[in-house]
Amino acid sequence: MMVNFSLLLPAVLNGVTTGAIYALIALGLTLIYGVLHIINFAHGSLLMLALYAAFFLYTLAGIDPYVAVLILVPAFFVLGYGLQRFVIQPTSHGRDENILLVTLGLAIIIDNLALWLWTSTTRTIDTSYAFEVIDLGFAFIPLPKIIAFFGALAFAALLWALITFTDLGRAIRAVARERDGARLVGIRVEHVYAMTFGIGTAAVAAAACFLLPTFYVTPQVGYAFVLVAFTTVVLGGMGSFVGALSAGLLLGIVESLGGLYLGESLGQLGIFVIFILILLFRPMGLFGARA
Amino acid sequence: MSRSTGNNLRITRRRMMAGTAGLGLASVAMPTVLRAQNQTLKIGILHPVTGGLAYEGEQSRKGALLALEEINAAGGIKSMGGAKLEAILADAQSKPEVGAAEVDRLAEAGVLAIQGPYASGIALATTQAAAKHNLPHLVDVGVVDQIVTRGLPNTFRFAPGFGKVTSFALEALQKINAAAGNPAKTAVIVHEDGAFGAGMAKLLNEKLPGLGIQVLQTLSHPTPQRDFTNIALQIRQANPDLIIPSNYKNDFILMARTLRQQRVRPKVANYALLGGAASNVAFAKQYPDAAEYMMDCNHWYNPTKELSKAFAKKVAEKGWDLTYEVMLNYSCMRVLADALERAAAPDRAKITSALASSTYNDHIMPYGPTKFVNGQNEGAQPANTQILKGNIEVIYPNEFASAKTVFPIPQNG
Repeated sequence: MMVNFSLLLPAVLNGVTTGAIYALIALGLTLIYGVLHIINFAHGSLLMLALYAAFFLYTLAGIDPYVAVLILVPAFFVLGYGLQRFVIQPTSHGRDENILLVTLGLAIIIDNLALWLWTSTTRTIDTSYAFEVIDLGFAFIPLPKIIAFFGALAFAALLWALITFTDLGRAIRAVARERDGARLVGIRVEHVYAMTFGIGTAAVAAAACFLLPTFYVTPQVGYAFVLVAFTTVVLGGMGSFVGALSAGLLLGIVESLGGLYLGESLGQLGIFVIFILILLFRPMGLFGARA
Repeated sequence: MSRSTGNNLRITRRRMMAGTAGLGLASVAMPTVLRAQNQTLKIGILHPVTGGLAYEGEQSRKGALLALEEINAAGGIKSMGGAKLEAILADAQSKPEVGAAEVDRLAEAGVLAIQGPYASGIALATTQAAAKHNLPHLVDVGVVDQIVTRGLPNTFRFAPGFGKVTSFALEALQKINAAAGNPAKTAVIVHEDGAFGAGMAKLLNEKLPGLGIQVLQTLSHPTPQRDFTNIALQIRQANPDLIIPSNYKNDFILMARTLRQQRVRPKVANYALLGGAASNVAFAKQYPDAAEYMMDCNHWYNPTKELSKAFAKKVAEKGWDLTYEVMLNYSCMRVLADALERAAAPDRAKITSALASSTYNDHIMPYGPTKFVNGQNEGAQPANTQILKGNIEVIYPNEFASAKTVFPIPQNG
């Protein structure tokens, strides 16, 4: 198929903005993996829940999704903390495979609850800026996507600072590296686990707020993103922060260019080809430490 | 993960079935008492009211119940001493196998006929299950043509099928185009890559050149598609006279919004087949700007008739969305009641033959007299709609039109 070069730059830019959202969703996932060493299967469902929360804040209380970040990030932090502390931890009895199953069970419960409460009707919000675009001459970039891009980067920077410079961040890194050692020096491991799960969930809430103005919400919406998030995490290196960020952006571009040159149906293959290649040749990911 | 969800639901359903069976036994124990007290005629109303098709199923159920209420209020079925209709509601949970199991339950509950179940996949299963019980089954939507080509004597489809809709849509396009001086000469097709969209795209690629319309590009995408920017960019590059989408609701909404964001407009029209915004009330109201001038060829009612206006008014009073699911199921219940009236006995075989000889004509749909040929209502046809000033208007066939089409669309709007 012949594709004009003039489409290349807009497609790359679009891929970068989409990729930033992938990165933000993956950041939460990679953080939880890096510290708790579990794959959180409920990640997509929590994203869906956050999208609904942002939707209802907008439609019922008139709160703009970008303002809702300030409400939903703390709220979902508390939700994530509670989930880990009072649901996942007590029911899994400290075994990793149990944690996996509990998060899977949570996903099923949350999805069906959403279906029951809100039905499968597609919901979207109509903000005044939804159709605003920035005209770069060679491309139109929708304003919500630009806000999402910088918002995601800012949130990632904030997370990075939190992990690097605070006592909590040090404790999280200590637990990630050596759980028993951390416990010996007086770090409350259970608390750190729950904090980590809370932060990971908060990242999803932020992603939801940035996503809603250009997307829609249904009870199944999480699955559109969760597979890409897993790929992002593996590509970047399980538990790697910089890795998740760069992998998210890279996947956004790969998907966009793949869609352009191979067609949208085949283009998504690019993501999974990369996934398999990474598993084969660099299983620790682009930025992951050797096991 | 969806597999586990299915199992989860099935367990609940099994329990429910056990409960229902219990109730069934209880009524067998005292049948005479029940029969003496209420002379009701049970009708199975079967739709997917939970699961992925919950919205469409709920709308369908509302339409059926609205007609049922009206029929009862008007004195029930007169040939059976004014017997009232009683709805037995069933939920196919958006799954064919659940739909088939629900047919068995309805048959045991003693229904005389079934109407539903909206989706083609479910209809293939439920009509077959109903045939086992010699239960007349009036299919409301289900566009797949195999529903009526398997020779099931109990199966009747009220609405037009895929073949009829596509040939109608192409003929309509040719006429609308000719009336405007043939401004549309090129098209880009955007379709989802499943059976529905891909089948439609194949057909369009074969037929459009015969109408003097060149297909510049055929763009397929998976369901769900996370981002339509690339597709919008490619459409802009191709710069076609027509954009012809055939995809599902979520993706259509996302596509329409992206086209608007990227300032991409076809030169002549956005002409959808079965599923564009022009038959989606919620979309038209929510995004009047993105939806304006969009066209669709789909099931729709005849807005010019007094009967239809009264119906639309009632739907508005109830605060429901006026969608084709409500229209078709409202109509189906009317057709069933007419068949019961002529059958004059609560007997499945008699109702089946009464349906087969139906000539019911008090339609809110733009249909001719009902005439089932091998189960297909030959009187049925779709209509072309267009969003004009945020309202869904019928613009073709002319005798049912509520507005004049805007074709080609203004370029500086």
